[in-house]
Amino acid sequence: MFSYCVDPKTIEGLMWLSCYVTTAKHMSFYFSFLVVMGLLSLAAPLAMAFGFAGATASRSSFKIIRSLGKGYLAMIRGIPDIVFFLFIPIALDQAFEYLRHKVLCSDVTEPIRQGNDFVVCAAAKLPLNTASEWVHDIYGFSLALLAFGFVFGAFAGNVLSGAMAAVPKSQIETGEAYGLSQSQIFRRILIPQMWIYALPGLSNLWMILIKATPLLFLLGIEDIVYWAKELGGIKTGVYEYPHPDWRAWYFGVLMIFYLSLTYLSQSVLDKISARLSQGQATMAGKAG
Amino acid sequence: MSSCFQTLSDYGLRSIGYGERLLPKADITLCEQFVLIGSGMIWNIYFAILALLLGFFFATVLALGKNSNLSLFSAPCRLFIFIFRGSPLFIQFFFAYDLFVLLPRLGFDIDLGFLVVTVETRWLTKAWLGALIVLFFNTSAYAGEIFYGALRAVPSQDLESADAFGFTGIKKFRRIIWPTMLRLAWPSYTNEAIFMFHATTLVFFTGFPAWQQKGDAIYYASYFADKTFNPFVPYPIVGFYFILLTLLIIGLFGLINRRLNKHLPSNERKRLRFNKYNLIR
Repeated sequence: MFSYCVDPKTIEGLMWLSCYVTTAKHMSFYFSFLVVMGLLSLAAPLAMAFGFAGATASRSSFKIIRSLGKGYLAMIRGIPDIVFFLFIPIALDQAFEYLRHKVLCSDVTEPIRQGNDFVVCAAAKLPLNTASEWVHDIYGFSLALLAFGFVFGAFAGNVLSGAMAAVPKSQIETGEAYGLSQSQIFRRILIPQMWIYALPGLSNLWMILIKATPLLFLLGIEDIVYWAKELGGIKTGVYEYPHPDWRAWYFGVLMIFYLSLTYLSQSVLDKISARLSQGQATMAGKAG
Repeated sequence: MSSCFQTLSDYGLRSIGYGERLLPKADITLCEQFVLIGSGMIWNIYFAILALLLGFFFATVLALGKNSNLSLFSAPCRLFIFIFRGSPLFIQFFFAYDLFVLLPRLGFDIDLGFLVVTVETRWLTKAWLGALIVLFFNTSAYAGEIFYGALRAVPSQDLESADAFGFTGIKKFRRIIWPTMLRLAWPSYTNEAIFMFHATTLVFFTGFPAWQQKGDAIYYASYFADKTFNPFVPYPIVGFYFILLTLLIIGLFGLINRRLNKHLPSNERKRLRFNKYNLIR
């Protein structure tokens, strides 16, 4: 980075430190913080979409759709989220490759599951063996994103279905008295009014989502946890910048990063909540 | 079927070091997966029960501390709760493990003048103690916040009645405030207990080594998923065990909830309906 960094063995103190924290690997470390933010900004809307679908399905008048929706919302309470994070990416990967194998290589007669192996033809591989590095990265990240969307969709679905149930019955009945159809009532009365009931639950969910982002590490993605382990480990004399075991410091930095992120989020969410309660017929609204 | 009994005696207590030493490698049967993953559940139950039991008392202390008028008491409690609720448990595990590793391996002596106490530090890098401490602190912080909220919600009439009947100090707390606080907090605390059981699955992914392949349920499940390259069997088995465990917790906490609500007139008594719309985690 700096001109004096050519031979790090000859420099000391702050100069050494300034060279150390600007190595190429440290740049990847800093970039991985952006990956976390990217995951947060993509997973939140995806989870809302999953959650909205789940909550709507659990109110459906068709029994099959209703029980599917209810099962989806209930499952997250019984099974640890880590199980889903480990299961979904590899299950999706195998499902995609299985389907592609059936379509693209219909002439291959050997079974896909051979003992402990999962064998698909080269053309069905995802991503293709010839694909470049970044395609593999994007593919892995997308699978992780889907897992986050699925898990947090179930959490959000619980919040949204609770909020829909909290909208006063008289509001719905008024809509019926004006002759609105069921879908009109849903769109014009239920949805606009449910947000204020959903807000506390969704705020908490956002905090849970922030605190779940380091689980990206379990999905084999080079995220902040990976780099903290990698950079913090003991570096002997063969390395350019030898140092003892610094992992505790690196994870201390991650602790501070997450503490500031949750603190910042909490103060913003408190402001939004105060803003939205203004003029509402609730205790918080009347007080302000 | 008889071979499955054999598997049960070989691997039933494998996670705590009894039975067959080598894990199944080839021709893995469904029975082996069920038995070994079930064996791993011993660790999940061990971590969660001890952390919850110890955490329950510490959480009460934290809630009272945070509620104190003296900032000497309230400031450290606030800080403790903020640190453990504001950062991911996953990072807490890594951070704690790497700190424990830095401690001298042989322990160190504290000279009290009249006697020398040797602090044993080598057990801290083992999962059974190190991870347990992290889980204990973590659940204490979450439960402390729940109890604090409930403490603030104890009706002022209850306190006035207590004063009128001459209750003071410890007796007022033990007979009046504490039972009401618990009753108000119980639905949220049930949630916390469920999620504590779920959180134990993180332990063996975070630096704490599974010594001699003694791991928890998810450790064996991911072992099987790696070996058979088939995630569709081991992970649903883990899910099955955890659903059973969750139902058990709900039943048990429901019984306690009934006891906490016993004195109320039947129309005010609440069945345990945990707040799934507003998760405090």
